Amino acid sequence: MNRFGELLLALFSWCCTLLLTATVGILMLFLLRRGLPAFDAALFFGDTPPLAALLLSKPVFDGLFPALFGTLALVLLAIACAVPVGLAAGIYLAEYAAPAPKRLLNLFFDVLAGIPSIVIGLAGFALAIVLHRTFSGRIGHCLLLSALSLAFLVLPYLIRSTQNALEAIDPVTRRTALALGASKLQNILYVLLPNRLADLTGGVILAVGRCAEDTAVIMLTGVVASAGIPNSLLRQYEALPFYIYYISSQYSGPEELQRGFAAALVLLSLCVALFLLAFFIQRRLKERLLYR
Amino acid sequence: MSIFSRIVERLFSLAAAGSALLTIAVFLLLLYLALPLFEQGGFWALIRSPWDPGAGLYGIYPMLIGSLSIAFLALLIGFPLSLGGAFFITCFAPLFLRRHLLNLVRLLTGVPTVVYSFAALFLLVPFLREHLTGGSGLNILGAALMLAVLIAPTMIIFFVDALRRVPSGYLQAVTALGGSPGQGLVYIALPLAWPGILNGLLLGLGRAMGDTMISLMIAGNAVALPGSMMDSARTLTAHIALVIAADVSSLEFQSIFACGILLYLFTALLVLMVRLLGKFPKRSPG
Repeated sequence: MNRFGELLLALFSWCCTLLLTATVGILMLFLLRRGLPAFDAALFFGDTPPLAALLLSKPVFDGLFPALFGTLALVLLAIACAVPVGLAAGIYLAEYAAPAPKRLLNLFFDVLAGIPSIVIGLAGFALAIVLHRTFSGRIGHCLLLSALSLAFLVLPYLIRSTQNALEAIDPVTRRTALALGASKLQNILYVLLPNRLADLTGGVILAVGRCAEDTAVIMLTGVVASAGIPNSLLRQYEALPFYIYYISSQYSGPEELQRGFAAALVLLSLCVALFLLAFFIQRRLKERLLYR
Repeated sequence: MSIFSRIVERLFSLAAAGSALLTIAVFLLLLYLALPLFEQGGFWALIRSPWDPGAGLYGIYPMLIGSLSIAFLALLIGFPLSLGGAFFITCFAPLFLRRHLLNLVRLLTGVPTVVYSFAALFLLVPFLREHLTGGSGLNILGAALMLAVLIAPTMIIFFVDALRRVPSGYLQAVTALGGSPGQGLVYIALPLAWPGILNGLLLGLGRAMGDTMISLMIAGNAVALPGSMMDSARTLTAHIALVIAADVSSLEFQSIFACGILLYLFTALLVLMVRLLGKFPKRSPG
């Protein structure tokens, strides 16, 4: 390759990077420009007084509050279901599994991680149909079903992050407590897991982000455009990503559209904030462990 | 060993086995609900026939083609872009920029798809409508462009990872022999890193095929077989999202389980291909 070819290659990579960052930058600026003017208390609470809405004493009719509440409930439920199972499976893979079952399990979790979210949603939907046929009761599309499907969606990420965190521990740290007479389980609970707390927390926060942004799963399992605050787990609910999608197809005027832009901004900042939180926790704790 | 630790260890293995079994259970559940299609021998016919409810035809062939064309066009646009981005981060960028750029790329993987599609719907689509494609502006090209932006960060991370795993001694040897960084990249790093790059490409394809919101909001969802990339098209994923409201026992409704099964099998196939790639014997630079 001569000097000209090299120059061309460098130029190509500069252009690709600039093009990508410019595209994303333009899209984000566009969102900011259209969404920012809509930010005020009415965006979140409509005509209801904010305090009354926050205390759930008065319903909010046209604001983002029910959608935010739905997303929050959904994420908390899904994470509460997924984290114990994900951590346990990850620990098993990293510390206990023999090579052959480990290979097989790895294959399964790779497939699971690759299944499109809409197919997970479809499975949740199918589950509701089957339950409905068998019990023909009031089990249908609801908050609980969505949360379980979402938990299933983020499970492989949690397993992977736990497994990778544990497998990255250096042999000296791994063996010290064992040499002092600790059992295998004590070693895991008191040495290995605390040692990797930063990575584990980071993994969980990223899973929270994925739960909050996913639209396809909840679309099929119980989210609706207007439901207010759900008063039980078996009710339908509103959620922020679905609100954005709904506005994009059904908006009735420029004002409503602007609320859609604002909602997109809220969701975007939520996900960026979660990402930054995970990033800084991972780095901060690493530094502290390093200089202690 | 105490009873407590025995119970806890049993729970660990149960969690792992349970999660793996759930993966199979999802497939079986889809299969069970698509069973009526198999019994009528209609599964393969469904995949090959067009969608025309008036004539009683509920085939998903147009959606399959829609999915494939959008995903591959996105890859065609996104792959060179990502490769260029990865070259930039590993080789050509000023040193102080590299780490920040990689962190930015990581951040971009977390941007919600629905936010991308919402912004594109009101910015890219009007642009396409007025300047490029005409019509409604909702077409394969727009969806593929946005998908390319969506999958590029994922691919860049994999490419950078693959390029960085090349032993630094090899690249130092290039420098010692008077070679430039670009030559080291093209003649040493790239030939060594290609399994990792192919790996990233396959995962990018998986993400592109599996994405719902972009194709649902931007591709236009027409059920006719698309003839060019200026046509609007419906993907398998969007089809599932759109038909969900239909009557549960209708043939129309059952077609979405065929879509689900196709997507599942496609994913499994990609994962197996990545696996086989991992077994590929590592070539030493010769």
